[in-house]
Amino acid sequence: MTRYIRHAACFCALLLVALVVNAARIQVFQARSYDDNPANRRTSIARYGQPRGDILVGGEPVTGSRDTREQLRYERTYVDGPLYAPVTGFASQEYGTSLLEHTEDDLLSGTDPMLSPLPLWNDFTRSQNPGGDVETTLNRAAQQAAYDGLGDRKGAVAAIEPSTGRILALVSTPSYDPEALSGNDAAVGRSWARLNRDADKPMLNRAVRKTYPPGSTFKVVTAAAALDAGVIKNLNAKTDSPDPYTLPGTRTRLTNESDGCEDLSLREAFKWSCNTVFAKLGADVGVADMTATAQAFGFNDTDLRIPFPVAPSTFDTSVDRAQLALSSIGQYNTRATPLQMAMVAAAVANGGQVRQPYLVERTTRASGVTLTTAGSRPARQAMQPSTAARMRKLMVEVVRKGTGRKAAIPGATVGGKTGTAQHGLGNSGTPYAWFVSWARGDRHMEAKVAVAVVVEDAEADRGEISGGGDAAPIARAVMEAVLGSSGGR
Amino acid sequence: MTKAGITVVRAGSPAPAVRLPRRRGIELALIVVAVFLSVYGYCDVGLAKNGTVPPGAAGYGAGLGVLALLAHLAVRLRAPYADPLLLPIGVLLNGLGLVLIYRLDLETPADRAAPTQLVWSTLGVALFIVVVLLLRDHRILQRYSYVCVAAALVLLTLPILFPAVNGARIWIRIAGFSIQPGEFAKVLLAVFFAAYLAANRNALAYAGRRVWRFTRMQLPTGRVLGPIVAVWLVSVGVLILERDLGTSLLFFGLFVVLLYVATGRTGWIAVGLLLATLGAVAVGRLEPHVHGRIEDWLHPIASIEAGEGPNQLAQSLFAFAAGGILGTGLGLGHSILIGFAAKSDFILATAGEELGLAGLAAIFILYALLVERGYRAGLALRDPFGRLLAVGLASIVALQVFVIAGGVTGLIPLTGMAMPFLAQGGSSVVTNWAIVALLIRVSDSARSQYDGQVAP
Repeated sequence: MTRYIRHAACFCALLLVALVVNAARIQVFQARSYDDNPANRRTSIARYGQPRGDILVGGEPVTGSRDTREQLRYERTYVDGPLYAPVTGFASQEYGTSLLEHTEDDLLSGTDPMLSPLPLWNDFTRSQNPGGDVETTLNRAAQQAAYDGLGDRKGAVAAIEPSTGRILALVSTPSYDPEALSGNDAAVGRSWARLNRDADKPMLNRAVRKTYPPGSTFKVVTAAAALDAGVIKNLNAKTDSPDPYTLPGTRTRLTNESDGCEDLSLREAFKWSCNTVFAKLGADVGVADMTATAQAFGFNDTDLRIPFPVAPSTFDTSVDRAQLALSSIGQYNTRATPLQMAMVAAAVANGGQVRQPYLVERTTRASGVTLTTAGSRPARQAMQPSTAARMRKLMVEVVRKGTGRKAAIPGATVGGKTGTAQHGLGNSGTPYAWFVSWARGDRHMEAKVAVAVVVEDAEADRGEISGGGDAAPIARAVMEAVLGSSGGR
Repeated sequence: MTKAGITVVRAGSPAPAVRLPRRRGIELALIVVAVFLSVYGYCDVGLAKNGTVPPGAAGYGAGLGVLALLAHLAVRLRAPYADPLLLPIGVLLNGLGLVLIYRLDLETPADRAAPTQLVWSTLGVALFIVVVLLLRDHRILQRYSYVCVAAALVLLTLPILFPAVNGARIWIRIAGFSIQPGEFAKVLLAVFFAAYLAANRNALAYAGRRVWRFTRMQLPTGRVLGPIVAVWLVSVGVLILERDLGTSLLFFGLFVVLLYVATGRTGWIAVGLLLATLGAVAVGRLEPHVHGRIEDWLHPIASIEAGEGPNQLAQSLFAFAAGGILGTGLGLGHSILIGFAAKSDFILATAGEELGLAGLAAIFILYALLVERGYRAGLALRDPFGRLLAVGLASIVALQVFVIAGGVTGLIPLTGMAMPFLAQGGSSVVTNWAIVALLIRVSDSARSQYDGQVAP
């Protein structure tokens, strides 16, 4: 019997060995795949087990964390949530993250390996790094001015620093409070449903994710293309342009809002925003040169990230001459985000160079140690420096004597361009009021800010909706805020 | 008188018995270590979860210490030659189980199981003491083998009269208490199997006709084999009716192991495996409950891919994976995710998550030692009944650990059983103390009559 007892003992030993081997298989060799399974809540629990890093504006956090002592423990809070929502986005236990909260998530949640003091250190200690902070390029005063300026109206503002591409303001209205999406109780679900149902689309970031017909503000691009291509050599020379202008190859007659546009010089036509002159100018420049200039400004760029993706602004490259004429005054298929039009104004202010816009100035560890800085961005020459100089003159005159007088700032040189973009079937929609501009304080060597403002439906009679009336004051407030806060530098 | 009872040398022994060292001091020292480790774990849980030593730590330590000490005194008094490892392993596993249950109670404050478990542990230790004090010689049990099998069958069939809980009909509920009679039945059946096989092993090994003409295999006569096969079939059949698959697997394995050890016929293993395969295929096909378990085992994350969220086995695997090699530390895992059976069937998942592969291996080694010590007692004994009983009891522990641990780690289909000593469950902890008491008794006999030779 002894032999058989020994055999049975060996059998039991085998069973126990099998258990240990199997446990090692799961706990060592397959552990990673189980840890990474999306249904494994441990990742979420660890992720929300510590306060999230903050997003800073002007050194001050605009985000915070609230300890709920629940399973997903820390919830996101927002300071002035609606004001910064187009930048921060939301961070929700239920609905994930968006915008900066999304693109910087690894850093904010503490999972970014860069946060670890030593490689593999965290694997060893099983600890998580505290979330890092994201310092934005935003200018607090400019952001507030843009938000206050838009008020209850639907619209967006984008402001950038022309020499660097720093985004100083990014506002979209109506906005929402991302805090309403933090956490995972029933109220969050209701907020989510309400925000998605809302016809005004408060979660849509109009400054970078919505494209509008740019209307007359696109004449900046057309003028620059005409000057660069040599179609116009003298700003003061009369152009050969009829009023009304019959679109080439069609019987459609294009008219102007104001009289006296016939054969006007580029300088006067820009000041008074003559459609006929610029439509013909675009047609004269041709598809190739118009396209080249528009794309140098950033149109048709599908890869722009700031760091979250920006909807591509479009300039149709397969058009006939009539369509090209309409495209050249910002109609037909020409569409632009407010950020794109701010880049157009910035290029003019910055000697023709377009700097890639960006929102993240630097990232730091929770201790404040810098991890990454924005560094220098590639620049693209959108037009000759001499053309840029002439464009600045044209834009300054719009503000001094033309349609953009409401953007004038004492003690500063301001250049601008108004726009009123028609849209909807048969142009039935309330027109969009546009204003793009830049400003240089008298004490400064270079322009400090370029702005684009779009107001979707100003509370005014249709006839009075205009870039000059509704959008220019908002742009001025933003430019004043930037000049005022950078005056001491 | 007591000494005489122990040092009796069996008639016909060729060599005079030599007494092995008693080693009761070592047992006491190991018990102190076991109690200390348990109290340490208890404090660790409190510190990790609340930042303070739990208020009951002193009481818990004192309670466990006194129980262990009383058990030790009983052993010292009545089984002085008993294996010194058995009792400390029982104390440590029981203490660890209480720590884990207390730790899981913190996640479900509305449903505290640790106090009840402590009461049952006390009852278990009391039973241990009673058995060690009153059962002077394990051979007495041989006389009661038919009482045992009758009691076992009654216990097994009783739950059919009671409503099913979570798909299994294995509980008796009386006045708020729930008892799992299958747990007690396994010890009783082990006694019966051992006694019956010891009495009939010659007949089993040599009598009977050939199955086929030219094979070496011979079936024992029906008169010998009949009763035991009947008992076994009834118990396994009843358990399948009750959907207590773990226990039926355990009884099956126990039967095959004891039959093999008693007869030395490898054929029994082949027959056993064949029957097990047939049974598993039949039950797996016919029974939807079992079929689901097998599907879960083959594809543990299928429910996730189907968008239904992780099932309990997947959650268990997640927990083991989260533990890694060193574990998250007691109290720092997320056992709450495992769900309703976290304190019973799936308690090992918490051990795996919070103690890691290292802790899990340590627990397995404790069980392995317990099993090995049982087998060792079996080897050293001279009476066939004692040998088979020791082997049976040790095999129960080994098979049960394998079935449950293999189930929750995805090695075999999940059958739902209690991890000996660790899991919440009164019947289980009482039964396991009874097993340890019987092992103490047989090891005492084995070591006190040891003659320097291994029996044939």
